[in-house]
Amino acid sequence: MEKIKSLADLKKMQETLRVKNKVGEMSTDTDSLILVKVAMATCGIASGAREVMEVFIEEFAKRNINASVKQTGCMGYCYAEPTIEITKPGNEPITFGYVDLKKAIRIIDKYVLNNELVDGIIPVNYETIDHK
Amino acid sequence: MAKIKYHMLVCGGTSCHASNSEDILKNLQDLIKIKGLDTDVQAIKTGCFGFCDKGPIVKMMPDNTFYIQVKPEDCAEIIEEHIIKGKKVDRLLYQGTASKENLSNSNNTGPHKKQIRIALRNCGVINPENIEEYIARNGYQALGKVLTELTPEATIEIMKKSGLRGRGGGGFPTGLKWEITRAVKADQKYVVCNADEGDPGAFMDRSVLEGDPHTVLEAMAINGYCTGADKGVIYIRAEYPLAVERLKIAMKQAREYGLLGQDILGTGFNFDIEIRYGAGAFVCGEETALIHSMEGLRGEPTVKPPFPSESGFLGKPTNVNNVETYANIPAIINKGADWFASIGTEKSKGTKVFALAGKINNVGLIEVPMGITLREVIFEIGGGIKNGRTFKAVQTGGPSGGMLTEKDLDTPIDYDNLIAAGSMMGSGGMIVMDEDDCMVAMAKFYLEFTVEESCGKCSPCRIGNKRLYEMLEKVTQGHAVMDDLDKLRNLSHVIKDTSLCGLGQTSPNPVLSSMDNFYHEYLEHVGNKKCRAGSCKSLMQYIINAENCIGCTLCARNCPVDAIAGERKQAHVIDQEKCIKCGACMEKCKFNAIFIN
Repeated sequence: MEKIKSLADLKKMQETLRVKNKVGEMSTDTDSLILVKVAMATCGIASGAREVMEVFIEEFAKRNINASVKQTGCMGYCYAEPTIEITKPGNEPITFGYVDLKKAIRIIDKYVLNNELVDGIIPVNYETIDHK
Repeated sequence: MAKIKYHMLVCGGTSCHASNSEDILKNLQDLIKIKGLDTDVQAIKTGCFGFCDKGPIVKMMPDNTFYIQVKPEDCAEIIEEHIIKGKKVDRLLYQGTASKENLSNSNNTGPHKKQIRIALRNCGVINPENIEEYIARNGYQALGKVLTELTPEATIEIMKKSGLRGRGGGGFPTGLKWEITRAVKADQKYVVCNADEGDPGAFMDRSVLEGDPHTVLEAMAINGYCTGADKGVIYIRAEYPLAVERLKIAMKQAREYGLLGQDILGTGFNFDIEIRYGAGAFVCGEETALIHSMEGLRGEPTVKPPFPSESGFLGKPTNVNNVETYANIPAIINKGADWFASIGTEKSKGTKVFALAGKINNVGLIEVPMGITLREVIFEIGGGIKNGRTFKAVQTGGPSGGMLTEKDLDTPIDYDNLIAAGSMMGSGGMIVMDEDDCMVAMAKFYLEFTVEESCGKCSPCRIGNKRLYEMLEKVTQGHAVMDDLDKLRNLSHVIKDTSLCGLGQTSPNPVLSSMDNFYHEYLEHVGNKKCRAGSCKSLMQYIINAENCIGCTLCARNCPVDAIAGERKQAHVIDQEKCIKCGACMEKCKFNAIFIN
């Protein structure tokens, strides 16, 4: 990696990174149509988030679904760990709580493939500062 | 393959559930089936929306229509108008969609959201192990801006104007701290990140480090530029291995991208960071003890002055800030001091992250603007008290803080109001207690923690807290006399007045605040030998009701200490002297003959 030499270079880099994504959000995955984020702070991992993430990765590969899975930090919903967030193009991100291995499969069958929701949705109840 | 077009999200939170959201869901599902819409429309129960005062809530997707105070009989109209005719049901719409300026709101139709994420802006959003995701979300722009466009003095001015105060608990103005450190002349200065999060029940710093480590690195570099330091040290407890690992990855990436190290962004500014580990001692969150621990000495505090800003790490001027404080800084630089100062109360600006724990439905990490009330935090964002029990108190400020009660529910939360109410902000742990929690036992719990964690250097803290703890134990065991209550109060004041550091000066707070708010419970423990919450075991008595007892001897055979005596087919008796209150007898009794007094 070549070092960033100036603020202008940093801004240029930000611009190229920002347009990379198809679900309307920045991601280093360029072509995926579905983005799954798994809350992987210590507490999430302790309640099984890593296994859940693996199931998503395996199932997407097995079923040939064009999706990317990534880890993030804490989403704040300790009472409903493991939690994941799924973004599909043209849809608001949806947060699912209490995602165990079985539920992960159900979410893929129902929401990812059929746009059908499953129990345990957590309405996002915060605003975040914008990054425009 | 059928694809659902409309989703109807029905709030299934405790409060909405109590106002018939279950019936609403059922009505919607029935109607969808009757009208043959089930291939296009789906109604589903969700978690709490956090707007419990407007409930029950039904949210329509994908058009984001927010219906409030919906009744079961409104369902037909919603389906008929909204789904079939495509017209919104005006009378159920949420009115007044004022959303704060400068805040992106992906959902302008819902009520104003109670939480604003500044320090947590990237947590749960970006991959913390990928610097490019941070850069894409304005990462390191604030550092670039101060290095190329602002002098250190101008940057400090922004920090002062923003009104940011230390989030570690003390609430010292951050800009002022930087100015003081900057003013000291020295050949070497240091900036330190205090990540020694030690309050029981607080985990906001860990969450920031695990979810957004780069924001802390960036802010430390800004701090270094302002105070004149080229070295940063993160003091983190070794019990946070994942946070340490992600910090290390972040530091490595930042160096590779030239955002840490020599000549950052071609400006000639050098800054690098190293990590020092703490062994999890609570007192090491105190800045002088922290610095000694970093130097490899015992984690014991020393008298201030000299303040770390004059003589800190290795005797050099050192600026210590907390993780959450740092996490706010890049946002302040990017969006301006005025923006930050527009959020919060007169003397406490911005937001605060709280770790909601205890007897609350939505245990979690929240970030709310200063000035929000406890009621909003506990009953709306937190979704109320677990199992429909009654709210009794909330402990803020951890073992150094105090208990806030019913009367404080509508007080706007900020540094000064919490102190006025007999507690403190602390690092942001909020432990909610219900009617089943005994306040004397809670005070004892916190004292037990401070007795464990006292470093032992000064006698008021080392000996005084131990004696306080013993007195509380007497109270909970029913051996105390009225005089002990006065002694408790007096000794508490002596410890507060004479201890060396913040740990001892604040450790009696849970005792004093529980005595102020729940003195009647202390009196009951001492006078009536009674614990109304039923949590002090020593004050409980298991008693056999002679009328129900048939003398089966099952209880006597199961008592581990042979405290139950009685002939076969005769009523048994429990020897209260011997009884250890294990409850085994009551569990085994098939005739409901044993009760608790």
